Amino acid sequence: MKKNIFRLSALALAIVTGASALVSCGSKSEAAENKNFSIINVSYDPTRELYASYNEAFKKHWEAEHDSTVEITQSHGGSGKQALEVANGNPADVVTLALEYDVKAVEDAGLIEPGWVDEFPLDSSPYTSTIVFLVRKGNPKDIHDWGDLVKEDVGVITPNPKTSGGARWNYLAAWAWAQGEYNNDEQKVIDYITELYKHVLVLDSGARGSTTSFVENGQGDVLLAWENEAFLSLKEYPDDYEIVTPSISILAQPSVAVVDKIVDKNGTREVATEYLNYLYSEEAQRIAGENFYRPSNETVLAEFSDVFDLNINLVTINDFGGWDEAFEKHFADGGLFDQIFEGEA
Amino acid sequence: MAQSTRGQVVSREGTGQIHENTRGSKAVKLLLIGISVVFLVIMLVLPLITVITESLKKGFAEYAASVTDEDTKSAVQLTLQATVFAVVINTVFGLCAAWAVTRFHFRGKKLLVTLIDLPVTVSPIIAGLIYVLTFGRQSAIFPFLEEHGLEVVYAVPGIILATVFVTFPFISRELIPVLETIGTDEEEAAAMMGAGGFTIFRKITFPHIRWALLYGVVLCAARAMGEFGAVSVLSGHLRGKTVTLPLHVEILFGDNKFMPAFAVSSILVVFAVIILIVRSVVEYIGRVKKNVH
Amino acid sequence: MKKKVRIIPGFGLTMGVTLAILSIVVLIPLASLVVFTAKLSISDILEVITRKRVLASFRVSLLTAFIASAVNAVMGVVLAWVLVRYDFPFKRLLDGLIELPFALPTAVAGISLTSLYADTGFMGKLFAKAGIRIAYTRLGIIIALIFIGIPFVVRTVQPVLEKLDPLYEEAAGILGASRGQIFRRVILPELRPAIFTGFGLAFGRCLGEYGSVVFIAGNKPFETEITPLMIMSELQEYDYSSATAIALVMLAAAFLILFLVNLIQIRNAKILKGGH
Repeated sequence: MKKNIFRLSALALAIVTGASALVSCGSKSEAAENKNFSIINVSYDPTRELYASYNEAFKKHWEAEHDSTVEITQSHGGSGKQALEVANGNPADVVTLALEYDVKAVEDAGLIEPGWVDEFPLDSSPYTSTIVFLVRKGNPKDIHDWGDLVKEDVGVITPNPKTSGGARWNYLAAWAWAQGEYNNDEQKVIDYITELYKHVLVLDSGARGSTTSFVENGQGDVLLAWENEAFLSLKEYPDDYEIVTPSISILAQPSVAVVDKIVDKNGTREVATEYLNYLYSEEAQRIAGENFYRPSNETVLAEFSDVFDLNINLVTINDFGGWDEAFEKHFADGGLFDQIFEGEA
Repeated sequence: MAQSTRGQVVSREGTGQIHENTRGSKAVKLLLIGISVVFLVIMLVLPLITVITESLKKGFAEYAASVTDEDTKSAVQLTLQATVFAVVINTVFGLCAAWAVTRFHFRGKKLLVTLIDLPVTVSPIIAGLIYVLTFGRQSAIFPFLEEHGLEVVYAVPGIILATVFVTFPFISRELIPVLETIGTDEEEAAAMMGAGGFTIFRKITFPHIRWALLYGVVLCAARAMGEFGAVSVLSGHLRGKTVTLPLHVEILFGDNKFMPAFAVSSILVVFAVIILIVRSVVEYIGRVKKNVH
Repeated sequence: MKKKVRIIPGFGLTMGVTLAILSIVVLIPLASLVVFTAKLSISDILEVITRKRVLASFRVSLLTAFIASAVNAVMGVVLAWVLVRYDFPFKRLLDGLIELPFALPTAVAGISLTSLYADTGFMGKLFAKAGIRIAYTRLGIIIALIFIGIPFVVRTVQPVLEKLDPLYEEAAGILGASRGQIFRRVILPELRPAIFTGFGLAFGRCLGEYGSVVFIAGNKPFETEITPLMIMSELQEYDYSSATAIALVMLAAAFLILFLVNLIQIRNAKILKGGH
């Protein structure tokens, strides 16, 4: 009897694995060899509209210069989660994430070779953004700067810095303002940040979730948002919201990289590299600007000077000693952010 | 459920006290029915109506456009594929498991039953996580899979596995009580008369469990179509490739395309309603058949 | 116990297939979770699961799941009673609706419940007038979990109620017991195992629920952050060891709940059999 069970188990095992193998082969053979490239771009949440337009432009550009076609598959989600999935086997040819720190996680998994930061111009950061406030029309709570966020009756919406790349920029921008305001008195800065998060009504896991809470479900008085997210909401509901630029904010530099291990396996290095390179072309820079990302190309940026507040005072991540240091101090388990919520700081 | 009418028949035939009691408690009856209806309307019907009204907010043309979108189509296809796989695998499994558990005595039966039920109470997030740990790049067998071009996580097989997992006990759970209730006398008699295992199953057991099996299949299909958490962890959200309907809803929602999100949700609602109708019909036929016998 | 001779054939085949599929789908993947956590020392695991935020998430998850399942236990009995004992128009429709939470994707449920119960939503407006916020509070989580858990108690109590022999009730009635007494003394004891089973299953399911809750919860640490979200957020920080440590605790809880449920169910099966 025992032997029988064993044999049958083996049989069933074979059937099930066979079936799943069949399915996977089916999906595999789609990417046929005859010079039709198919690449996957794993990106973060707010770039959905940007890459929808850019992919069209790139397809045209590539197919005009090569006798092959290219299909681009998009994946969007929280930046950290996306990086993790790539590290775990999501076969991305390129990653275009919210933070250098997230791309580094893919590097740490052995998929991207060190030195990727210098592979493309400007620290592999083709467009930038910053953090602004989105308030309800007429600014009824009179919010103009970071200090106003902790006024008594103000409800703030921001995502959770533990899970959202954008929220980390929000937090650091607030920190930078408080540092200037309180002359680097760290305890006062922490008090301010603690007070700020006491005013947070909904702490969504991602930037998009926060926008939904604020815009669709009417929560809170002010949304700390990516500049491009704020503009998008404004575009959709011009009569309901306005943007407030605080006196100081942070230069958010999203990072892009080719996933070396995957492109070498798929033979897509050339098209993947060109895909990221073309992000720096004037056409792509203009697309970035149209989607409310700040183009890194100065001439193109100037074209959008009526859209962006170019006089905004921006700190960068280097003012925090780089991502590793900032992450360790603020966002790691038991870091300052945790302590703020535990009321121990 | 087949017995429900019989129960009432008996109680109506019963003379005396209970008859009076039933009449006397008309207020209680109305109250209880009222509570039930209000509860179900608020908790179940309103969310459904919300989905439908939101999806038609911008008119039927917009609705049709989002429902026939390319990404939606591929999501429908993938969802149906995963559902079919889940139903087939779980049916085979459910029949075997129910037979083994109810027809034989062996050590560790309680443990086995608990293990079979486990997926219902395991968080979908953990369900996704365990497959990532087993088949993902971190895993020891990943090099083997990669060498043979087998993609499991962030590909269709992973989605199927996750779907099978979350619906795992649905069919066996329906079958086990029925098989336990009908007992083994008939089957034992047939076996002693020399009938083979498969004949016994086909001729004696199957007619008893037919409706329970169908009911299980329906439930399994329903749950398989709607699974979100586990699939979300495993899918990688590759648009047009590994996006099921519930994930597509999430993506559209994140794109701030609320109307299309609700429109795609309405497809799932329609599926759900069809399934529930099929379920009711199955149950009805099952009862009629039983009454005839 | 004397070893029983197996008269009915098919043990090898059915057991083989059962174990094989069980292994691939459930056991091996779960084992890999255990193997992964085995890399951590006990003190590491303890350190992770006793973090204040993690403990708070356990508290939120347990509390909301318990309240939601308790509501469902009461409503489940009422619904089962109404569906079995009474006849009224649209009864079949009502009966058919019960499985809706199984059939409706949790994400869809979450989105739709959130838009209903937000301050601007249809139900949320009514409660907002009374000063009660539902969406983005624990109440919102409880609402979502009630939705998820509805079918469990109804569907476990219903068959027992159907097979309950009305003779006992009649006898009690003849002996002069009031309806309340009949219910408490005669019916409830028979239903109790089924109620506990349904409660246990609903509780287990609610503890792990993610899809519908994240939309409505607000996800504030220490207030509305549930344990599955905690796992998700550890994963997003690449902290696999913390994620798996928390997952292991949840897994153990799930296993324990089910084991208890199955113990109760064995009794339940006897009642079902006896009633037949």
